[in-house]
Formats: sequence, structure tokens, C-alpha cells
Amino acid sequence: MPNPIYIILILLLPLASFLIMGIFGRNHIKNASGIISTTLLFITACLAFYVAYGYFLEFGKVNGVYQKLIPFKLTWLEFSKGVSIDLGILLDPITAMMLVVVTLISLMVHIYSLGYMKGEERFSTYYAFLGLFTFSMLGLVVASNIFQIYMFWELVGVSSFLLIGFYFEKPSAVAASKKAFIVTRFADLGFLIGILILSFNAGTLDFQTLIQRLTSPESAELKSAVASSFLGISTLSWGMILVFMGGAGKSAMFPLHIWLPDAMEGPTPVSALIHAATMVVAGVFLVARLFPVFAISSPHALEMVGNVGAISALFAAVIACTQTDIKRVLAFSTMSQIGFMMFALGVSKYGGEEGLGYTASMFHLFTHALFKALLFLGAGAVIHYVHSNDMKDMGGLRKVMPITHLTFLIACLAIAGVPPFAGFFSKEEILLAAFHHNKMIYWIALLTSGLTAFYMFRLYFNIFWNKEHHAHGEHHGEGGFVMMMPLVLLAAGAAFAGFIPFGKFVSSDGLPLESEFHLQFSIVPVVLGLTGIFIAMLFYKKQNDKSDKIALALNGFYKATYNKFYFDEIYLFITKKIIFNFIGRPAAWFDKNIVDGMVNAFGNNTLAVSEKIKSFQSGKVQQYAIYFLSGVIGLAVLFIYLWK
Amino acid sequence: MNLLILILVPLITAIAVFLMRNKEQVKWTAFAGASIQLILSLFLFKAFNDARAAGNTAQMLFEQQTALFKSWNISLHLGVDGISVAMILLTSFVVVAGVLMSWKVEKMTKEFYFLLILLSMGAYGFFISLDLFVLFFFLEIAVIPKYLLIGIWGSGKKEYSANKLALMLMGGSALVLVGMFGLYFGGGKSFDIIQLSNIHIPVATQKICFPLLFAGFGVFTALFPFHTWTPDGHSSAPTAGSMFLAGISMKLGGYGCLRVATYLMPEGAVEYSNIVIVLSAIAVLYGSFATMMQKDFKYINAYSSVSHCGFVLLGIGMLTKVAITGAVMQMVSHGVMTALFFAVIGIIYERTHTRQIDEMGGLLKVMPFTATILFVIGLCSLGLPGLSGFVAEMTIFMGSWERTDMFHRAITIAATMSIVVTAVYILRAIGQVAMGPIKAEYLHLTDATWNEKLATMILLIGILAIGLAPFWLNNLVSPGAEIIMQKIQLAK
Repeated sequence: MPNPIYIILILLLPLASFLIMGIFGRNHIKNASGIISTTLLFITACLAFYVAYGYFLEFGKVNGVYQKLIPFKLTWLEFSKGVSIDLGILLDPITAMMLVVVTLISLMVHIYSLGYMKGEERFSTYYAFLGLFTFSMLGLVVASNIFQIYMFWELVGVSSFLLIGFYFEKPSAVAASKKAFIVTRFADLGFLIGILILSFNAGTLDFQTLIQRLTSPESAELKSAVASSFLGISTLSWGMILVFMGGAGKSAMFPLHIWLPDAMEGPTPVSALIHAATMVVAGVFLVARLFPVFAISSPHALEMVGNVGAISALFAAVIACTQTDIKRVLAFSTMSQIGFMMFALGVSKYGGEEGLGYTASMFHLFTHALFKALLFLGAGAVIHYVHSNDMKDMGGLRKVMPITHLTFLIACLAIAGVPPFAGFFSKEEILLAAFHHNKMIYWIALLTSGLTAFYMFRLYFNIFWNKEHHAHGEHHGEGGFVMMMPLVLLAAGAAFAGFIPFGKFVSSDGLPLESEFHLQFSIVPVVLGLTGIFIAMLFYKKQNDKSDKIALALNGFYKATYNKFYFDEIYLFITKKIIFNFIGRPAAWFDKNIVDGMVNAFGNNTLAVSEKIKSFQSGKVQQYAIYFLSGVIGLAVLFIYLWK
Repeated sequence: MNLLILILVPLITAIAVFLMRNKEQVKWTAFAGASIQLILSLFLFKAFNDARAAGNTAQMLFEQQTALFKSWNISLHLGVDGISVAMILLTSFVVVAGVLMSWKVEKMTKEFYFLLILLSMGAYGFFISLDLFVLFFFLEIAVIPKYLLIGIWGSGKKEYSANKLALMLMGGSALVLVGMFGLYFGGGKSFDIIQLSNIHIPVATQKICFPLLFAGFGVFTALFPFHTWTPDGHSSAPTAGSMFLAGISMKLGGYGCLRVATYLMPEGAVEYSNIVIVLSAIAVLYGSFATMMQKDFKYINAYSSVSHCGFVLLGIGMLTKVAITGAVMQMVSHGVMTALFFAVIGIIYERTHTRQIDEMGGLLKVMPFTATILFVIGLCSLGLPGLSGFVAEMTIFMGSWERTDMFHRAITIAATMSIVVTAVYILRAIGQVAMGPIKAEYLHLTDATWNEKLATMILLIGILAIGLAPFWLNNLVSPGAEIIMQKIQLAK
């Protein structure tokens, strides 16, 4: 058993960073805040590596099976016997892996930001928010209780909101941050109801007990959850689908993806950390966390995960081919890659060889974090240099930004699935899993990976080749050592991480999974990828009008794709036109005129009546006596006949 | 601990305030009195927990009884359980903050503070009374000063608002009074809550008195459709007035609905529970949708209070232990939260001289402290974990979900939807006020002063104490909810 103090420290150090920067940052340690935060994060990352190393190689395995350990648990809010929100730590292979991913990327972003955000007025606030995010994300991945994961889930949402809206004076940033929060909140509504359903049916909120009760065939909880149904879908499946809805929102899956492209309003390192490598994979992590329940008890829900993932993967890849804002291209590429992870889970089964999709999904999550963070940080360096997000303002940068160029190329090769870079291995496994279990998804995935290669190299050529770069004015070069070091480290990861025997460590049932390498199987995807790269080269390496011609030929489709298939407009129509105009406005009107109107009318009528009856108070004693007498008689009648 | 001291301290403070000669003395006296009361209530909390830990399982602790009118069986019967202690804690936090937030009141300062302290005395008395008559007496003490606070120190259409508020609350009190007498005559000629709870009140009486009492107290806690005093009352009241109104007065209603209506008349509660939860679910959703369209900052918080207090009544109406616990937590949480919200609005209003959110913008730049608190309080309102709102709402949801039939499930799901609508209106308000480009005329604004900072910090402590470590509140409240539930179980 590991010392729980280490794992608790992994969470507390980023929190300390948040508190210190938040309270003292602005006035006292403004310039040192970056260094202090980064140092704290460095310690966190070391501890995380230490724990993960210990888990995978020393104490995690008992009799060849990776255990689910709970080194720490604290009852936070007890509802009734057995049903309580606990704050705990659940250590299993995916937690250990996520600890590494989150702290590593976060550390890289902390270091990178030392250069990127230098001179920013709210420098310390920025680091405070990074600390808050890292804390929340780590809390999410270690959660041992489904309500705990929901709590940290909300916290990462808020950190994301704060960081997207970091440049709060820019109206577009404010709008984007609100949009991100509200869309994911809507999805979280599903998550919440899902939690209510699952916890009620399982009689617990604890992950392990919940999974155990909802998967073992003889458990009464499972039987009742499957027996009862609503609209033809079993209660359990409703719960799982609704929980997945939360995951789909956070992971920007179709059709809840609309917030992700706009989220690029935040500082670029933030996009690298939150909207590419860590937070957006929370949905995948959630499905993986509950995977046994999905796979064993609720195959319909899992099928849905697969379908949503596949649609998102293709949908986003098509859109990415037409976008010109480089961060948006990367955003859609993120959505597409997360789609890969999702459907990999969707086509997986529980245990043994059949569980390849699970391992592949987690593997892809791991490699994707490396190369996608690298792409974003590289894009950040480019944006830093040209002061624009639009690829039309770029071109020929390979000569002035050699390190960025090289690392970006490595990342592009990795995501395109060119051997022997990291993305190749994880994507091969995903394709293999899809091939065995769902042919339809396999073909979609194959097409998508071809498109991926195309749009990534469209991006690459547009930034670094195409038109020649004319240096105008003074430029500060690529950014200093602090910005280049993370790029180089991540590039090393993107190049070599594929050789990690991932199945040995992470598998659906904790048993090591030997994944073999099938050469003949890999030929098709690799050739497709290379074709994509070749076409991109043809179109974009040198300045020419071929791509414009194609766009012109595909006029309507191109336009629809460029406008992201008008999803923003549809949502805007629903929210602005329907909800605001047909619910909010009438509610406010009704309150002001009807409910309040009645109160006022009541008051006015009382006034009017009193105006009429004020003549009763005439001052004549005889008249009063009559009123008095009739009152007494009336009361007497009342008491005698009615009160008995 | 002698509970009488909780009434005496505010009383003495109020008299002392009246005797002071200048404004400074008045303010500091009021502050001292409120602080002593805060310390006393913390001490009460500790004493209560100690007594419980020592194994004292009596329903009410620190009981004392002095006969007032023998012929009517009226006595000054005091005592507290966990629910009352929670409410007293809430009151004492809000009162100190309210006193601090009124530091700049120039007009008739003495009278202003006198009324504030008097109002707080009414609230304390209300929460510790175990005799309906005395309870009613204190309820009225808590109502009347509000009329003056709004009418004299208010802003905008203050006469209209003051009249409306006073009349509606008086109307509510009238219903309470009638219901109370019904209980008295229907249930063995006693006003004593403990005695009444031990006898079985005839079901016919319950069917008449429950709606009277519930609706009467419901007016206070903005039960739909009797909520319309809230927006006008809040928006016209001075800052401390709004804080007291939303933080304390609305809770008197919730407490009354629970302690008097539901606890004493379980059959009535079961009978009418469907109506209660439908009305409160309407309040929750309708309040939040109406908030979405408001432009005045105080109206936003007022309507959002309607929505949040809807949760209180929803929790009570669900009639499960967890939901009732959640309802009490929501009262405490919302009380602290909304008081802080009004405090922040007051701070901003004093500087911008407008409450129209579309006339503001970018205040984060010039008022970082205030704007940060605004963020925190907004996030609390939309139920961010780690802050108090989340704990209370989730407890209510968990409790409501225990009702398994389709009707209750549908209501619960409808109520959960408010978490999205709340996010919409809160982010809209924060986005307009704190974010975005700043107007040139606001560039010179200064941040909160020491008293404002202190006030917000005190309330912030309350929010964090519940949000980060809810177990103490849960342990405090749930035994009380358990006792109420036992009676309801029998009635079912």
C-alpha cells in the first residue's frame, strides 16, 4: 500500500498554488508567482510519477492482477446508511496513468507560460487558475465516489470558464466562457440525474460497491435496475446514458461540441492543457471508470457511446479540413480524436482479448495528450510570433522557427498515424478493435484517419511552407528557453511513447493484455494517412489556387462545413428565440402583469371598497350600536349552528 | 445555557443604541451587540453539540418555561433543537454583516440601527420559541421594522414596496394567526408546540389548519403565487434591509412551514404535499426563468431567491428525511448566500449609482475584491461544489429521488433543470457586471472599504464552512429532521 500522504499532497500542492497566488499574488509576489507555482507543480509531478511508478511496478499488482486500492477515504456528507458522498482516493491503472498525464502536461504548460504570459497584468491570477484547474482535474481522476467525481467535474468546468474568460475585457472571450460553461452544465444535468438513478438503484455512491452491485449477475440491485424500465429502456440504461451525456458534454462530443471551438478564446497554453490534453478527456475517463457496468450490464448504452464517438470523429474531421483559424483546426481535431477514444470504448468488451478497445482507448488518450499539447504549444509559439490566429497570415515560418517547426512536424506525424510515432500505435489498436467488433465504425474510423492526415498537414504546410515569410519589423524569435523546452520534451514523448507496452499496464480487467502487432493490418491505414499527407502537400506546400478551386467546386458543402454545419446557429435559435422569447419573457411578463397585477388589483379594490364603506364610520353612536348588535347576533348564530 | 439571553442581548443593544448620543457611538454599540450575539450563538452551537455528545437525547435542549397567561395556557417556552441552532447561527452571521454594511447610513442613523437590532431580536425569539403565541409575537416583531426600513431608508418606489411588503406579510401573518387558533381549539387548548406534537390533532382540523399555516408562512418564504412582495421589497430596501429580508425573514417562513405546519400536522402535510411540491417546483423553475429576463441587479437576486426558496419548500414537501434536511440546509445556505449577494450589490450600487446590469461592465478591473466576491457568490448560487448552495441542493435532490413514483420523479427532474437556468442568469449577470470592457466613467471607482470587506468575509466564512465541510451542518440538522419524519411516517 502506498503512503496516502503522497497522493493527498499531489492534490494539495496545486490547491496551495491556487490559494497562494489567489490571495497574495496580486499585491505581494506578482513576479515570483510563476516560479513558485511552477516549482509546486514540479514537486506534484515528481510525486505523481513516483506514485504511478510504485503502483505499476511495485505494489499495484497482486497475483498478476492490478488492484483497485483505496488508500484514503473521508465521509463528507452522509445522506443515509450506506449512501454518502465520500472524498476518497481510488488508485487503479487508469488513475495512475491520468495522474501522470495531468501533472506532466500541467507542468509543461506552467513552464511554457512563464515565457508566453510574461508581462501579462494578471500574471499571478493566471497561475492561480492553472493551480485550481490542476487540483480539480486531479481530484476528478482520483475520485472514489460518483458524487465526488461530479463535484470535481463541476470544478474543472469552472476553472475552464475562468481561463477561457481570462481576457475578460474582450466580449468574445466572455461570450465563449459563458457558452462553454452553460453547454457543459446542460450536459451535467444529465450526469446528475444519471447519478441519482444509479445511486438510488445501487443503494450506494461508492464506485467500487456500485460497480460490483451493478455487474455481478446475482445481485438484487442489478436485477431490479434491469427489470424496471421507462419508454422501453431499462432504468439502468437510462442511468448510464444520462451519465454518458455528462461525459459527452465535457468531451465535446456531437451534438454537444459547440463550446469547444469557441473555448479557444482562452490563452493558448490553457487550450493545450484544458481543451486538448486533460479536461476534455474527462468524458472518456468517466466512461472508462464505469466501463464494467457499461460493458456487462448495459450494452445498449455502450453501443451509444460507440456511435456518438464515431459520428463525432468523422464530423469534426470534415469541419477541420476547412477552418482557417489554426486553433480551431486543432480544436476540431481534438474533438475528432476524442471521438476515436470514445468509440474505442464503445466497441470494446470487458476482459481479456476482447477488451482491446479499452486498452487502446486509454493508450490513445495517453499519446494524444502528448502530441495534442505539443501541437497547441507549438501553435502558441506561432501565434506569439505572428500575432494572429489565421493561417492566411502565416507561411514560410520554418526558417525563422526551426525548433517549433521540427516539433510541430513530429506531432503532425504522430497524429496522422505515421510509424513509428506514438499516434500510430494507439490508433492501430483502436482500428483493430473496431475491425473485430463493428465494421461500420471501422470504415468510419479509416476514413477519418485519412482526413486527419490531410487536415493536419494542411495546417502544417500552411504555417511553415506555402508563401514565403517576409520578416517585417522586429521580432522576438521563437520565444526563449522556457517556451522551447516543453516543446522538445513533449516531442520526445510524441515520438517514442508508442513503444510503451501499454496493454501490460492498463486493461479492462486489470490483467495484462498482450497486444500483437499486425503488419498486414497496418498497411491500409498507413497508406491512407500518407495519401492524405501527399494531397495536403500538393495543395498547400507551395502557394497555388488548387485548394480554392476545389472549394469552389464543392461550393455548398464547403460553405456548410466552413460554418460548422450551422450548429451554432441552430443552438442560438433554440436558446435565444425559443427559450428566451417563449419561456423567459412570458414568465417575467406573467409575473409582472398577472401575479403582481392581481396583488395590485387586490390592493386597489380594497381601497375602493374602503372608500365606499368609510361612510359607516359616521360618528353616530346609534348607527354604531346597530352594527354592534347585528355583529353580536351574527356571531351568536355562527357559534350556535356552525361551531358545534 | 439560558436561552433567554439570546433575546435579552438584542433587546439591551436596541435600548443602548437608542440612548447613544452620536452616530459613531450608535454604530459601534450596534456592532458590539451583534458581535456578542454572534459569539453567543457560536457558543450555543458548541454547547448544543457538547450536550448531544454527552448523550443528551432530549428532543429540545436548554428548555425553560415560564407561564405568561395561565388562562390561555400561554407560556414563554424556550428550547432548541439542531434545526433552530442552525437558524440562529445563520441569523447571527447575517446580522453582524448587515450592521457592518450599514456603516454609511447618514439619515436617522440611530433609528435605523434600532430597527435593525429589533428585527434581529424578533428573529432570534422566533427560532427559540416553543409556544405558538410567543412565536407569533416574535414573528410580528420581525415584520414591522421592515416596513419602516424600506419606507424611510429605501430607494426607488419605496412607499409602494413598503406597503406591498407589509400588507402581504401581514396577510400571511393573519393566516398564521387563524391557523394557530384553529390548532388551539382543535387540539386541546394549548399553544405549546411540544404538547401539540404529542397529542393527535383531529384530521379534520389538520385539513383546515395546514393550508392556512403553510400558506401563511409560505408568504414569508415566497411561496408561489404569494412571492410578488419579494422583488419590489428587496429592490427598494436599503442594503442591510435586503440582507435581513432575504437572509432572515424569508427563513422565518421556511422554519414555520416546517416546525409548525408540517411537524404539528403530519396528516395535513401528507394530504397537501402534492400541492406543495407542485407550487414549489413552479417557484423553482418559474423564478429562475423570470430571473433570466431581469435587468435590475436586485431584481435578479430577488427572483433568484424565489427560485432558491422554492427548493426549501420542495424539500419540505417531499417528506423524506434527507429532503427535509436538505431544505434546512438550503435555508441556511441561501440565507448566507443571498445576504452576501445583496451586500455585494450594495457595494457596487454605492459606487456606480445604478443597478442596471447593462449599464455596468468590466468592474473586475477597478474593484477586484468586490468582483471576486461577486464571482464566488454567483458560483455559489449556481451550485458550485465547495460552496454552500451545492450541498443543500444536492441533498434535496437525493432526498426527493427517494420518492419513487412517476409524479415525484417528474417534479424532481423538473427542479434539477433549474441548475442550468441558474447558470444562464448568473453568468449573464456576472458577465455584464464584472467582465467585458469597462466604461470610462467607472475607471476611478474604488474597491470595498474595511467594513464592507469585513462583512463579506464573515458571510464568506459561512458559505465556505458549509460548502467545504457540510457534515457538521448535516449532523446538526438531520436528527431534527428525523423526529419530524417519525411523525410523518405514522401519518402515512
